[in-house]
Amino acid sequence: MMELQKLTIGKAINLGLRRAMEEDPKVLIMGEDIGKLGGVFRITDGLQKDFGEQRVLDTPLAESGIIGTAVGLAVRGFRPVCEIQFEGFIFPGFDQISSQLAKLHYRTQGKIKMPVVIRVPFGGGIGAVEHHSESPESLFAHIAGLKVMAISNAADAYWGIQEAIRSDDPVLFFEPKKLYHSGALKMEIDTEATPSRVAASQLVREGTTATVVAYGPSVKVALDAAAAAEEEGKSLEVIDLRTLSPLDLGPVFESVRKTGRLIAVSEAPSESSLTSEIAARVQQECFYSLEAPVLRVTGFDTPYPPAKLEEHYLPDLDRVLHAVDRSLSW
Amino acid sequence: MPSEQWTHPEPGDGPAAIAAQPSPEQVIAGLRATSEGGAELTQLLTPEGQRVPSTQFDPYVADVDDETLRNLYRDMVLVRRADREANAMQRQGQLGIWVPLLGQEAAQVGSGRALQPRDMAFPSYREHGVAYTRGVDLRDLIGIFRCTDHSGWDYKAHGFHPYTIVIGNQVLNATGYAMGQKFEGKVGDDDGEATICYFGDGATSQGDVHEGFVWGAVYDAPLVFFCQNNQWAISEPTERQSRLPLYQRARGYGFPGIRVDGNDVLACLAVTRWALEQCRHGNGPVLIEAFTYRMDAHTTTDDPTRYRLSDELEEWKLKDPIERVRAHLVRGGGAEPEFFDQVQAEADEFAAQLREHTFTMPEPPPERIFSNVYAESSPLLEQQRAEYLSYLDGFATAGEH
Ligand SMILES: Cc1ncc(C[n+]2csc(CCOP(=O)(O)OP(=O)(O)O)c2C)c(N)n1
Repeated sequence: MMELQKLTIGKAINLGLRRAMEEDPKVLIMGEDIGKLGGVFRITDGLQKDFGEQRVLDTPLAESGIIGTAVGLAVRGFRPVCEIQFEGFIFPGFDQISSQLAKLHYRTQGKIKMPVVIRVPFGGGIGAVEHHSESPESLFAHIAGLKVMAISNAADAYWGIQEAIRSDDPVLFFEPKKLYHSGALKMEIDTEATPSRVAASQLVREGTTATVVAYGPSVKVALDAAAAAEEEGKSLEVIDLRTLSPLDLGPVFESVRKTGRLIAVSEAPSESSLTSEIAARVQQECFYSLEAPVLRVTGFDTPYPPAKLEEHYLPDLDRVLHAVDRSLSW
Repeated sequence: MPSEQWTHPEPGDGPAAIAAQPSPEQVIAGLRATSEGGAELTQLLTPEGQRVPSTQFDPYVADVDDETLRNLYRDMVLVRRADREANAMQRQGQLGIWVPLLGQEAAQVGSGRALQPRDMAFPSYREHGVAYTRGVDLRDLIGIFRCTDHSGWDYKAHGFHPYTIVIGNQVLNATGYAMGQKFEGKVGDDDGEATICYFGDGATSQGDVHEGFVWGAVYDAPLVFFCQNNQWAISEPTERQSRLPLYQRARGYGFPGIRVDGNDVLACLAVTRWALEQCRHGNGPVLIEAFTYRMDAHTTTDDPTRYRLSDELEEWKLKDPIERVRAHLVRGGGAEPEFFDQVQAEADEFAAQLREHTFTMPEPPPERIFSNVYAESSPLLEQQRAEYLSYLDGFATAGEH
């Protein structure tokens, strides 16, 4: 049956969680303030009321505790979905993520599955104080054994969270917090449809002049830049990575073979990051197709600055267009 | 609830004793906001402003005369007024966020005033009252919340470390600092140095805090762990973090723990002075649980109506830290009515200065993004800075045409 709903990203995740919990009684969600308060972003709003305190756990305030116990619950056959309040607070749990969550499957030669999801609001642009605007996704993409997803729109949020929960591998699920409640980004979603796969890169706008690859909140920036470029007679192709590890670069290679130019956009600092990885692999695979070096538009290699400066720090439409011009002038 | 009821069965106890463990309701009653804090609560001034004698702690406030009390009152009124002003400025869009301290003035002023200039304080992010007692100009702190700055004061000059937002991190940092004081031989008598570290009830669940307790104990660090138990960690009540009154945890680590009425500035001053004395003399750490209440939202982005009953708030209003000092002063003739008016006027002026400063704060220039990332300059970063500034220059030139 068609059940069309117009959803924000935040609401789409809420409904995706709800559907996963209805379908599988072993799915439980855990985190700080996710019950009565509905989480600091209200993403889990109403779930504790409907599923009870044993499936929606307001945990003690400790991230190592949240993730470490999720590992144990998974060993016991549960499918925990953890919420971390802000990306800057995941680090107390980093040890559990890298030492246990990512490696138990490998260490036990597949005997232990780790169907754990960690939901992480990430990225800047909300005018917040320290530790509330970071982009640490590359750190997790670097850890073998973890899947890392980063969604950019409501449909991918809805299907992606369910796909992550269904996966027998641990998934770090990065959510663009700035866009959670954006009315302009609402999408009409058939919430009863058969799931479509999210864990692969997607061409989100066709073009011929240059390719822009992005993920999470930067996809919107790339699309806005493409719209602006069109007015100047330039046609940008935009690809949303959606899954950062394992990285699906097939569509990127294909696109670069067509346009000959690539601009990789991300809010994270550039040194030793996902955009570094993209640049390395594209030059390896598409060397003879490239008309210009792969350019990157990213945050700077500094800690996230005080928020009054974030408009300088974050890649914006102008910086993307500037990179396109640089690429074209090569 | 009297503390005796907290005894748990010991190994070897029969089924009856095991069955007699406290029920979940009893556990909660011993922790809850609406409780009186238990028989074990140290109090020197009742909510009605009556002085309660204490053989143990009276000597620590023997020097507190009417003038000192008036000063403590003034401190609290000023700090509260600044807090209200900042809260209002956030509502008016002048601050990105504000972390209110309403209700916690006594815990902060009392403990802060117990410190000596040579001591060091490690705050979390709500300690504006402690900052004030350390001589930090609150105007230097407001940039954090206007998002122009990450810090803003000279930590060394004030003995007041930068704010820490990641819950619990500062507890280990404070422990290390206190270990340093010990290693440098700065403890041993009344002139010894000490460190105080502030954190919330929620923070006690973090591994860092537990590790801080372990390190502090093992190295006899001169460190006062000052937990402001304001009953809530955003939406989670204290019983989400513990089955036991928090001060009792200290025992498991091998140092003293004490619960003080966090709305009683005199008791907070006395108990903190006592704890600091333990530290200065080299007896190792002390845990203070200041039993208080967060009268406002967790931050200006929070909505406590989703999780908190208003009855609870009403009950705590009766325990207001400022009102009880006023009642005490009035009753004992320690202050004339004009004094209170004068303090109020001073507080209004204090708040007006904070507002004026906030409105006229300069925005940081973009090059600030690149400065002080490393102590030694990094060529890569220099290149990024130059490229970005010349990119910005391009706009300026474009705009001129
Ligand atoms: C490691 C970490 N996790 C989560 C948060 C988000 N957060 C900020 S304050 C807070 C509650 C803190 O409660 P408590 O320790 O009792 O201190 P209070 O704010 O009540 O003074 C939470 C969960 C954080 N800042 N750091």
